[in-house]
Amino acid sequence: MSTLTDSSAKSPQPDDSGGSGRSMNSLKAGQLPRWSRPATLGGAIVVSLVVFLITGWTTAGFAVVAALLFLVAQTVWSTLVEGKRHGMDAFWGTLVWLAFFLALVPLVSVLWTVISIGGPTLVTPGFLSSDMQGITGTQDRIAQEGGMLAGGIKHALIGSLLITVAATVISVPIGLLTSIWLVEYSTGSWLSRTITFLVDVMTGIPSIVAGLFAAGIMMTFFEWANNGISGGRQTMGITAAIALSVLMIPVVVRTTEEMLRVVPNELREASYALGIRKWRTIFKVVIPTAISGIASGVTLAIARVVGETAPILVTAGVATGVNWNLFYGWMMTLPVYIYRQLMNPTAPAAPDPSTARAWGAALVLIIVVMLLNLIARLIARKFAPKTAGR
Amino acid sequence: MSKRIQAKDVNVYYGDFLAVEGVNIEIEPRTVTAFIGPSGCGKTTFLRTINRMHEVIPGAYVTGELKLDNDNIYEPGVDPVNVRGLVGMVFQRPNPFPTMSIRDNVLAGYKINGRRLSSSDADELVERALRGANIWEEVKDRLDKPGSGLSGGQQQRLCIARTIAVKPEVILMDEPCSALDPISTLAIEDLIEELKEQYTVVIVTHNMQQAARVSDKTGFFNIAGTGKPGHLIEYDDTEKIFSNPSNKQTEDYVSGRFG
Repeated sequence: MSTLTDSSAKSPQPDDSGGSGRSMNSLKAGQLPRWSRPATLGGAIVVSLVVFLITGWTTAGFAVVAALLFLVAQTVWSTLVEGKRHGMDAFWGTLVWLAFFLALVPLVSVLWTVISIGGPTLVTPGFLSSDMQGITGTQDRIAQEGGMLAGGIKHALIGSLLITVAATVISVPIGLLTSIWLVEYSTGSWLSRTITFLVDVMTGIPSIVAGLFAAGIMMTFFEWANNGISGGRQTMGITAAIALSVLMIPVVVRTTEEMLRVVPNELREASYALGIRKWRTIFKVVIPTAISGIASGVTLAIARVVGETAPILVTAGVATGVNWNLFYGWMMTLPVYIYRQLMNPTAPAAPDPSTARAWGAALVLIIVVMLLNLIARLIARKFAPKTAGR
Repeated sequence: MSKRIQAKDVNVYYGDFLAVEGVNIEIEPRTVTAFIGPSGCGKTTFLRTINRMHEVIPGAYVTGELKLDNDNIYEPGVDPVNVRGLVGMVFQRPNPFPTMSIRDNVLAGYKINGRRLSSSDADELVERALRGANIWEEVKDRLDKPGSGLSGGQQQRLCIARTIAVKPEVILMDEPCSALDPISTLAIEDLIEELKEQYTVVIVTHNMQQAARVSDKTGFFNIAGTGKPGHLIEYDDTEKIFSNPSNKQTEDYVSGRFG
């Protein structure tokens, strides 16, 4: 047997042994068989299973012990057969895989919980097409005793949609123009550095502060317009939209700025050299080249704010019926709806129907965010510069 | 069409740094002029001053006088956009607009500037420009396909078509063949021969054979050392520069003794 432990060299000759070290090809000596990883994983699971079945079952303990056994076994085996360098590789490789599964656990768990509990509510007839107007404890008590679930999320869905669209309409032009100025016009001046810094600070604003800011602004406005009395008039959809745009603008500025910066300077120069003015160059050459990234950035910013609860609670309040008017009256949104159904059940003595509605709304919210992400990907693909066919 | 270029005591700066000093040159209309010289000697920098592309770089500026026929393009109040409409430029790396079709690339100078063209006028213009750039036969069946799908040499000729579509007087070329294979290079060189019947062509090249092949006159730029400004050492008929230059530095450079 050779002393070679480096097995990276591939040989065209067939290998008859399973890597036990008695290989015909000396270059392939000292290699773990391909099934080593599944084998150690299976072994670790079995050992852990046996240990916990004897000493008493805990799922978390079982998973931790199995993972540790897998890590140790794979590392030791690899070190013994393949050498120190491969042992190190096996150690870190196994650790990376374990981290990956660990990261998947909460994601899968959340999805599974929401789908399994919220699913039945979602398919209840009328859940998407009715609001909570006229739903009292009586209906919920009937539902608790096996009756039909009454009420729905129509008003919250409409409210979320209106407020998010309004927030997008406010923040996309501001964010887009800010980043255009930062990339195309400011030449690293102190003003541009200040704006970049402020945008970074804005990214970290807690969302409730944004909500209080918007509520404060509108309250001041109505006090000014009505001789010092706002009378709660500031609680309406557009106030919530302002609060959300405070959260959206920095995200839009940042993503758009990144996208504009990666547009090659050659394209700008090519355009200038044709006698095209700067603003036309920006709008017809630079932005179209970056549009896919900008569009997906905007969609992700929308997906981020559509789930905000606190700023909407303090700016748009709560409602039981549909309100199409962004500029007057309280308005319900999906996150606030979930919060209200859980914290203030319609029938305090029979909270189960309210809880079911909250899970259903949560599922709808997740679906909306997933759809937005999907749309972002589609937009990115559709608008991407055509480079195929070289 | 085609104008005379006349530079008088042109100094080119990047911020505080003087990159090219004291250029005096007179370029006749309907000729091909080549600028040669070692890397970093300022030939591209000077080329970019002829259509005011130099000042696109933050902090860059030019002093002196540069005339197209009788108009000084560096007179205060001159709009650089108008200058660039008269003096087109082809870049070192082919840079068709990636979001546009071949047809839209040729029409870019018109369309982006918001000028309206009737469909028949546009068709005619596209065909004339593409024929002028010797690429019509290769792309006439796929005008609606993206320009970035062409080969490097075809892309470069598309860029030339895009430049001549806006009907300039002068065409500047910044090492137009350095990213291309010999066959594409030959196609571009043939094209330069044809372009000089209508335009004043100024080309920067690192390839001395190319300069000898395509140009009527040659300017040799050199630099005394790193951090020093570049100078136009000698400017004369191409034949004289390559066979019997009057300056020792030029002789050393063209005979391959340095650079």
